[in-house]
Amino acid sequence: MADVVSIATAGTGARTSLLDRIGAKAEARGIPISVHLDLTWACNEGCVHCYLDHSVGGDMNTTEIKGVLDQLAAAGVMFLTLSGGEIMLRKDIFEIVAYARSLLFDVRLKTNGILIGEGEADRFAELGVREVNISIYSHLPEVHDAITRVPGSFLRSIEAVKRLKSRGLAVEIRVCVIKGGVSYARLRALAEELGVRIQYDATVAPMIDGDRTPVSLNISPEERAEFYADPAVLPGLEDACAPASADELMNGHSCGAGHNGCYISPQGDVMPCVQFPLVCGSLRQSSFLEIWKFSPQFTEIRGIRNRDLHVCGSCSSLSSCGRCPGLAFQEGNMRGASRQDCENTYFRTKVPTPLYPAPEIDPAPRRQTPVSSQFVPLTALLPAQRDGAHRESAAY
Amino acid sequence: MSIYIARSPAVSARSLDGEMIIMSTKDSKLFTLNEVATEIWQAADGRTPLSRIVQDVVCAKFEAEPEAAYADAEDLCRRLAEHGILVISDQPLESAR
Ligand code: SF4
Ligand code: SF4
Repeated sequence: MADVVSIATAGTGARTSLLDRIGAKAEARGIPISVHLDLTWACNEGCVHCYLDHSVGGDMNTTEIKGVLDQLAAAGVMFLTLSGGEIMLRKDIFEIVAYARSLLFDVRLKTNGILIGEGEADRFAELGVREVNISIYSHLPEVHDAITRVPGSFLRSIEAVKRLKSRGLAVEIRVCVIKGGVSYARLRALAEELGVRIQYDATVAPMIDGDRTPVSLNISPEERAEFYADPAVLPGLEDACAPASADELMNGHSCGAGHNGCYISPQGDVMPCVQFPLVCGSLRQSSFLEIWKFSPQFTEIRGIRNRDLHVCGSCSSLSSCGRCPGLAFQEGNMRGASRQDCENTYFRTKVPTPLYPAPEIDPAPRRQTPVSSQFVPLTALLPAQRDGAHRESAAY
Repeated sequence: MSIYIARSPAVSARSLDGEMIIMSTKDSKLFTLNEVATEIWQAADGRTPLSRIVQDVVCAKFEAEPEAAYADAEDLCRRLAEHGILVISDQPLESAR
């Protein structure tokens, strides 16, 4: 019985390659191995760059969520990210996590942590949550609090990091880099002092309903150049997205969104990724597997190869660009280039890209969207009311 | 005398087309088991002796020679137990999912 078991340890190359192999096998078998499920878009912080409208209600109730988890387990999902909004605003959060663990999901939580006290940390540890990601925006409390618009939030989030870490959970600080200047080295030092991993994301995405207002909070070209030159940043740029299968470049595709992973909104809408807000179906109307296997949107996405891409298909930076089809979609065409990725790639590689620094071509001709043009835009599914208010609690 | 084996509650696990993927919630170690080991893992209910599992599952399905199969299976179980993803006992065990 030689080679009956492969073992890979956290943070090693062997683990990355094992995860890549699992992702590729899942994709080849049509299995959604990882799912990001938002439990609510309500939040107790009011981050200036947030891509969600916190006033949208209609969240799935406990019974609906459990039903969805049953379906996901049966479909073969293993890696489950529970996020929001703020998950701790759900009164049934422990019931949901306990249920997910009873189905043997690998559970990762995304939270701001400010409602995680000793008791909550104990409970998550008992339930077997493996990883928690906590958002921190600066090493300076006043800068972090100005971004979250909640005084004292920095200290409360840092306390949560310590509590969870002390109970043996894998904690990772997530930094969304926005205008205003953070010291990456100081943040890395803070993470090291806390004994946790850190990951940076230098792309502020549009709102999930297409509103591009938050994009203006992206760092300036000068700051971006500085960001990619900072040695404190690079180790935290790994593993950002679901891996695509390592096909030969032109026959490959951008990432795992819609291939071996997807996103589910609190209202039960299934999309390729939280950053790729193309509604492929509603779990309130169809089963998960019906949507995953047969929706025209997923079918279209799975048919797109790099060689089919407008602009990117002939871009010499394609192999080094972490091209995000979701950003391209939000800029007008999922087969197009995205200015944000072109800009990032330029600053990372110092090689001019088609849309940065000097765009000379139309990045996103809309005529190439045969299926998506038939979709009901997400905005039409959401209530018109938007007051930007964030909620302290939500009832379920 | 046979040992008893039970899956640890501190894991996540999913069968990916016959290959068991296991993640330790304690240290994020990732394991994949081949078909034979997957069968043993799935039968690890804490109540069935390993000798019985080897006889009913491994030998029956994979046409293995019983004594060698048991030795290999016990070795596998001890390795998994060292990593905390399987519990081994001389007595029947309670927990298993
Ligand atoms: S759509 Fe974008 S954010 Fe989502 S997995 Fe793909 S590359 Fe990553
Ligand atoms: S650099 Fe721009 S054009 Fe090139 S692959 Fe990336 S997004 Fe596409």
